[in-house]
Amino acid sequence: MGHRVVITGYGIVSSIGLNAGEVLDSLIGGHSGIGGITRFETIHKGKLPLAEVKLSNKELVDHCGLRSVRNYTRTSLLGIAAAMQAAAMAGYAAGQELRTGLISATTVGGMDRSEDFYPPFLENSAKGRLREVVNHDCGDSTEKIAGFLGIRDYTTTISTACSSSANSLMLGAELIKAGMLDRVIAGGTDAVTRFTLNGFNTLMILDKEGCRPFDGNRAGLTIGEGAAFLVLETEENALKHGKPIYGILSGYGNANDAYHQTASSPEGTGAALAMKKALDMGSLLPADISYINVHGTGTQNNDLSEGIAVQNIFGENVPPFSSTKSFTGHTLGAAGAIEAVLSLLSIQQDAVFPNLRWSTPMKELYIKPVTELIRDAGLEHVMSNSFGFGGNNSSLVLSKYIP
Amino acid sequence: MVTTSDSIYINGLGNISPQKTSDNSNFLKEPVTSVTNRLACIEPNYRDFISPDILRRMGRLIKMGVASSRICLEDAGCSMPDAIITGTGLGCLEDTEKFLGTLVRNKEELLTPTSFIQSTHNTVSAQIALLLKCHNYNFTYVHRGWSFESALTDAMVQIKNGRASTVLAGGMDELTNGSFAITSRLGHWRRKPADTACLFSNPAKGSIAGEGSAFFLLSSAPGPSTYAVLSGLQTFNPKSLNNSLPAILEGFLGQAGMLPGDIDLALCGMNGDTSSDSIYKELTDSLGNSGIAAWKHLSGEYQTSSAFGLWMASMIMKSGDIPDQAVIRGTGERPVKTILIYNHHLGLNHSFILIRKP
Repeated sequence: MGHRVVITGYGIVSSIGLNAGEVLDSLIGGHSGIGGITRFETIHKGKLPLAEVKLSNKELVDHCGLRSVRNYTRTSLLGIAAAMQAAAMAGYAAGQELRTGLISATTVGGMDRSEDFYPPFLENSAKGRLREVVNHDCGDSTEKIAGFLGIRDYTTTISTACSSSANSLMLGAELIKAGMLDRVIAGGTDAVTRFTLNGFNTLMILDKEGCRPFDGNRAGLTIGEGAAFLVLETEENALKHGKPIYGILSGYGNANDAYHQTASSPEGTGAALAMKKALDMGSLLPADISYINVHGTGTQNNDLSEGIAVQNIFGENVPPFSSTKSFTGHTLGAAGAIEAVLSLLSIQQDAVFPNLRWSTPMKELYIKPVTELIRDAGLEHVMSNSFGFGGNNSSLVLSKYIP
Repeated sequence: MVTTSDSIYINGLGNISPQKTSDNSNFLKEPVTSVTNRLACIEPNYRDFISPDILRRMGRLIKMGVASSRICLEDAGCSMPDAIITGTGLGCLEDTEKFLGTLVRNKEELLTPTSFIQSTHNTVSAQIALLLKCHNYNFTYVHRGWSFESALTDAMVQIKNGRASTVLAGGMDELTNGSFAITSRLGHWRRKPADTACLFSNPAKGSIAGEGSAFFLLSSAPGPSTYAVLSGLQTFNPKSLNNSLPAILEGFLGQAGMLPGDIDLALCGMNGDTSSDSIYKELTDSLGNSGIAAWKHLSGEYQTSSAFGLWMASMIMKSGDIPDQAVIRGTGERPVKTILIYNHHLGLNHSFILIRKP
């Protein structure tokens, strides 16, 4: 149980870049990935923004070196594109002696193709092409990624709404600490679909102008898509194999708000509990955290609840914080892992990325986000929050690697 | 990956299934048989578990999940578990279909949020937490025929790593007309209705569809109603391990400090489908004279049906009785102290669960 779990590789695909380098350029340059809807036909085209990955499914197939688009959902293609970067960076190869697992996360799975299957099926249950629906389930994308990478020792999928892939990292670290696996590729993937776009629209929490996290005039979130995976292993293993170490997963915690199916409690009970658990696991005090990559969706409810929880945990000394969802949109099941990668990039660059589209303080809070890039930020421990439906609250602490 | 432990106890059960299982004092005394290719749950009066105003908005799988979790917690005498972990192949399918159907029919207009909210895969574990006001660890796994096994693995790891001493873990899936139509077209079910009482003596292509929700209270210490010790679990795909089933079993049992000859009863996931039941035979042939029993003629086939299997194994362990209708090959005079549950889903997701007498 005393082992430190370190990060030896990471990969990311999002609306602001198809790899960590492109993503970093966008973050430094202040270029958001939020724009118009181009991926599918919807009545919301031209009215609601999205943060889409710029490649079509066909282009993603080519990008990943796959043969045919036929058996792949967009969720699995995004997942493969991110996981293959992480695996390559960590020097993973199938057949190595290290016991390696894959833990992925998704909320919609293959819904993008089920949406094509459903209209003819609704008319007549003997209609609709079966190959559009056989990849519907959440496990499908994980199996596709595992097949692509040749993972054999363990494979599973987590779905806890918008905290899903933060929870993948948590499980990965626990399996390593229990000595059951030597190495885990953990993260998540989600494609934008009409299902989620319309679902969040019925809740009236989509900002027509693009999300404005922690702004007094914020009007909701912006849905994004993408995937990210991190390679976790014990420090001993990484050192033994001479691998570069990019950071430590030093703390994590999951707690339930137990307040409402979708709304967060006014006092941010679950959020505060998750942050406290993550700090305790890392034997850290609030003052040790040098930056918080907040959940910060841009909804009235989340940002107020999270802001109050942050104030309660950190008191008068709240560290610099920002929501990178202002760049990537809210990538749902992939958000936890995407933001863990962005937190690592922050540590690597010693930079705090700004919270875009912010202009007005929230009158209920005494804190406000970072709105300009901070360099030489002196980052040691970065906290990353991910909260989801069902009151599912998770917090991670990623730390600079000091031998 | 193999998970083992010698100090994880199954202290409570709650099962809603196509059999009369919601009362733990009645162990399949009146088995329900029918001539069909799909089985539906016998649902309890939910008002015994959930208040009417909450009940009205709940989807069917949520009701089944919440009620079976309540039965389980009461059975174990546990009011607040340290963790809630669920597994589901497809989650709240009825709500998912409802939202998608309305979206298509109404061309994205005039949609309401309830079915979208409930379609989220972690709704059952979230509702259990909400009704208990349980702020603890809350996870949901969604990996086909490994969904329940993944939840159980995490539950064992939480206890092993000292994060929790009591974990409420369960598996649940619901069958809808839509999913039955799709899986029928995929050839999963018998074309002609089959007599569930003699499913295995009339093998044919296809199985019978089922559904259910079963919960287990796992604890680091035995309790007043302990059923069994959960001592091992492995999820695997023989093809990707490039190994034979008997060899994989031997490796698994070795890690749990046992030999194949120690298995008193192999509870197998046979489902009457000739295209995949031969896989079970490959394993049972290697087990010598242990007893063999089955459960899917009682529960039907679904992604988390191994939760019904673990429920049945736990009941057998505590009562010492193997229900007649479950026996494939009797145990004779041999007392049942160790049960291996072996299941595979569509030949891809295989699992071993090992329990023993406390």
